[in-house]
Amino acid sequence: MATNLPAVDAVLAGFGWTGAILGQQLCDAGLNVVALERGAWRDTPTDFATTFAQDELRYMWRHHLFQNLAYDTLTIRNRTDQEALPMRHLGSFLLGTGVGGAGVHWNAQIWRFLESDLKAYTHNLQRYGKAAVSAYDMTIQDYPLSWDEIEPHYEAFDKLCGTSGRAGNLKGVIQDGGNPFEGPRSAEYPNPPMAMPYGPTLFAKAAREKGYQPFPHPTGNVSRPYTNPLGAQLGQCTYCGFCEKFGCGNYSKATAQTTILPYLMMKTNFTLRTESEVLKVETTADGKRATGVTYVNSAGEEFFQPAQIVILSAYVLQNVRLMLLSKIGKPYDPHSGEGVVGKNYAYQTMGSVNVFFEDKIMNPFIGAGALATVVDEFNGDNFDHTGLGFIGGGYIAQLHTGGRPIEMIYTPQGIPKWGTEWKRAAARNYLRAVNISCHGSVMAHRGNYLDLDPTYRDSFGRPMLRMTFDFSDNELKMSRYLVDKAADIALAMEGVSAVKKNYRTGSWSVVPYQTTHNTGGTMMGDNPTQSVVNKYLQSWDVDNLFVMGSGAFPQNAGYNPTGTVAALAYHSADAIKNQYLKSPGPLVRA
Amino acid sequence: MARKVEIALGVGLIVALGVVGVEFLLLGDRAVAYTPMSATTLSVRALTQPIPDSVPNAQQVKLGQYLVRVGDCASCHTREGGAFLAGGLALSTPFGTIYSTNLTSDRHTGVGDWTPDEFYAALHEGAQVHGGALYPAMPYPYTTRVARADADAILAFLKTVAPVNERRSTNELTFPFSIRALVHGWNLLFFRPGEFKPDPGKTAAWNRGAYLVTGLGHCGACHTPKNSLAADRPSESLQGGTLDNWVAPDLTANTRTGLGSWSSDDIVEYLRTGRNARANAGGSMAEVVSYSTSLLTDADLHAIATYLKEQPARPDVKPNDPDAVAMQRGAAVFSDACTACHMEEGAGQVRIFPPLRADAVSQQPDPTGVLHIILAGDRTASTTTRPTPLSMPSFAWKLTDEQIADVATYARNSWGNRAQPVNAKQVSDMRSNLALTDH
Repeated sequence: MATNLPAVDAVLAGFGWTGAILGQQLCDAGLNVVALERGAWRDTPTDFATTFAQDELRYMWRHHLFQNLAYDTLTIRNRTDQEALPMRHLGSFLLGTGVGGAGVHWNAQIWRFLESDLKAYTHNLQRYGKAAVSAYDMTIQDYPLSWDEIEPHYEAFDKLCGTSGRAGNLKGVIQDGGNPFEGPRSAEYPNPPMAMPYGPTLFAKAAREKGYQPFPHPTGNVSRPYTNPLGAQLGQCTYCGFCEKFGCGNYSKATAQTTILPYLMMKTNFTLRTESEVLKVETTADGKRATGVTYVNSAGEEFFQPAQIVILSAYVLQNVRLMLLSKIGKPYDPHSGEGVVGKNYAYQTMGSVNVFFEDKIMNPFIGAGALATVVDEFNGDNFDHTGLGFIGGGYIAQLHTGGRPIEMIYTPQGIPKWGTEWKRAAARNYLRAVNISCHGSVMAHRGNYLDLDPTYRDSFGRPMLRMTFDFSDNELKMSRYLVDKAADIALAMEGVSAVKKNYRTGSWSVVPYQTTHNTGGTMMGDNPTQSVVNKYLQSWDVDNLFVMGSGAFPQNAGYNPTGTVAALAYHSADAIKNQYLKSPGPLVRA
Repeated sequence: MARKVEIALGVGLIVALGVVGVEFLLLGDRAVAYTPMSATTLSVRALTQPIPDSVPNAQQVKLGQYLVRVGDCASCHTREGGAFLAGGLALSTPFGTIYSTNLTSDRHTGVGDWTPDEFYAALHEGAQVHGGALYPAMPYPYTTRVARADADAILAFLKTVAPVNERRSTNELTFPFSIRALVHGWNLLFFRPGEFKPDPGKTAAWNRGAYLVTGLGHCGACHTPKNSLAADRPSESLQGGTLDNWVAPDLTANTRTGLGSWSSDDIVEYLRTGRNARANAGGSMAEVVSYSTSLLTDADLHAIATYLKEQPARPDVKPNDPDAVAMQRGAAVFSDACTACHMEEGAGQVRIFPPLRADAVSQQPDPTGVLHIILAGDRTASTTTRPTPLSMPSFAWKLTDEQIADVATYARNSWGNRAQPVNAKQVSDMRSNLALTDH
């Protein structure tokens, strides 16, 4: 029997990036807010001190900062005619847990989607016709908000993080050295780009020679000391090369810990309860209103936390699962195409090109999560897709995230994966190779979705989440196209001796690491028959329930999602503060 | 006995520091434990919450609230997990433990029954209501200068603080320190009750600064060197003190060890935000900034700066030359362990990670503070405008005594810095004083 707790104005289920943003925004508006986080408290000097060894085995391969799958996992399959099995080890994506969520171990690659990404359906329909947006059982949709609506919230996140970069489009005027394809920015980046090491410099030179317009990757690894609008402070990045899968001890990586928590934890109207896992959103008998959440603490005690507003701010996969477990919204059925919860699950299509040099020392260990030069000519609809047989695209980047010796040793084509010959090639090439990433979109397809597993249950007896996902030919063709374009640039790099193309082929596999960019399942849209939430991330079915995160994406763009996740969270917070509190009820009339 | 009192005073401040030092850790407990808030958050709220005009004598109560900030009363009179000003903070000393008193409006255990005369006697004379002397862990040699009207205002505010019935634990002092009467002897030797006398030859700002610094603010309690019987050396006012494994730095016009090269604005920014282009507030000063100086008016901060800027420079003591080989070894350790934050040439990342070049703390004649920070780590004050408690980790487990001596010697004698070299024995002694495990 759950213990009833005193009611609060808002409860947050999950305390990573979106939980911290909503907590800060709603506490500043005077609300009494409780956040529930299933994992532990973590802060910079206690958990990520600079004196700790950035041990690749511990953090990357033994998943020190990630979700413990012995405690909770999900089942996975590629197609509906297969039986999904619970995963005992995740490789493809690495789920976070604990205060700060996966935002603790991210690379801090901060992107804004293209204007055409937000209108993926209408834009591609108009340019390429009906077949282009319906091929491969595609179920893509537009984001229900415009560039002008979202831009101020992208800007808020950039200022929070101290994003380092160079504008390519300032209020409609194209700027030299930035990304000319980006939507108009209202302001220059808060900090200048990071200093570029040799590899990205050679890549940019080659890209320019090919007629492209390379630019520095926007990054939340700050290029200089920064104090954000909340007064929180970040130190200059040291280029240590341990961002993704690691915590940052230098206060250099934008995380909830470095940008929001010092401010939020001082608030007397904010309470955080860690090691408290939300089991279910409770609703009134008619299912029209959330009354609060039931959660269990680490002692196994259950509590009911009543709240006027319930916000799901866990990771996308948990948010979808909580919606399904709480029976809010109609679950998606891939056979009938009916229902919305779990629909349009998407991911990211990663390809790469390894570039080898004979006489150049690239020092790959000089790294940072988003230390790169990038070309965006083949992202979204920045190029003519006529006759290519796919829509979507991605950015191509020479990304110096680090020189981690297990994960990041590149050997040329034809070298075996182990043994003497591999050792010789690894030693030879460690300092003489770089990697070009092709970071591609994934469109939504009828057969890719999330639901509750009919067989497997977690330690609380709740059904696990089941993921059904595969790459379609749209994604594989797109990725091949990107890899070929990347190889063209690689071959133009000064001093190049060999190039190895790593195409994405066949079915998606959970084994090799690709990227933790899971999207969809609680998608946003214009009406309740085709979406779970409106443009303010408010549930169509339960108007005091808001669902944060990349679950809102109708399909995934060719960029890393966090910038857009944060912008949507700010957009939602803004609507809660300025519209919902004054007049509770649906913010969009269906 | 008096020496021991001095140490008791110092230890008390350090205990207070401990509260702020672990605050961010405790926030985790707070999170798990459901409601309790950190003492800092609660105290800052109580120290800043608006006093309604409907309160009788609202003006006096508002003034009293402000003066409780000035006096940094919350640091010692609030314990972690306890109510605001309910006392009970254990001031551990090698001679036993002194517990701070309950200042809430509780009639039985607090000051609810105190008359203004009784309260003034405590501040002015170090006298307790029910007879007997206060131990000078309470800085009455400073609060004696508090004006009667200000003392009355403080009491008026304390009487609005929610009553907490919490009897102070009995001090656990060993004989003969348990005999309160001995304090009378100390008072006879070193304590003269007195009022603040403005200097008509100085500006109003200087006089206000003098009143705050030498009175309720009790800066010299830490920053003035003590004689062998634990009393201030008046001729060395604010020249820096060493208290229980910390150095409270020189605040005089000395350009190397003091505030000689700081502008008034530098001082104001430091006191308001806990950091400036020259230094971050750490150690016990972090708590002083959180509970006190960050909550004061601009006018008072400027007054404090005006007064501090006119303190005659402490005389320089010529240090010995550092050993060249030790300096080389120190440079290597510095490059490996320090430059990620403090940068090449000790330039620092100003207002975030303090510069070590031309840094006063680094160049104090006594290396106690530097060694404490390297061994135990430190956190910058968390203030409302600059909340991040930027931290340096402990290097006790990572560097040997020799390495720490070398790097301290290097930082104290590079980039124009000049201070007495440090040897491994000093590091080893500090390590055992701080009860830190060996490398």
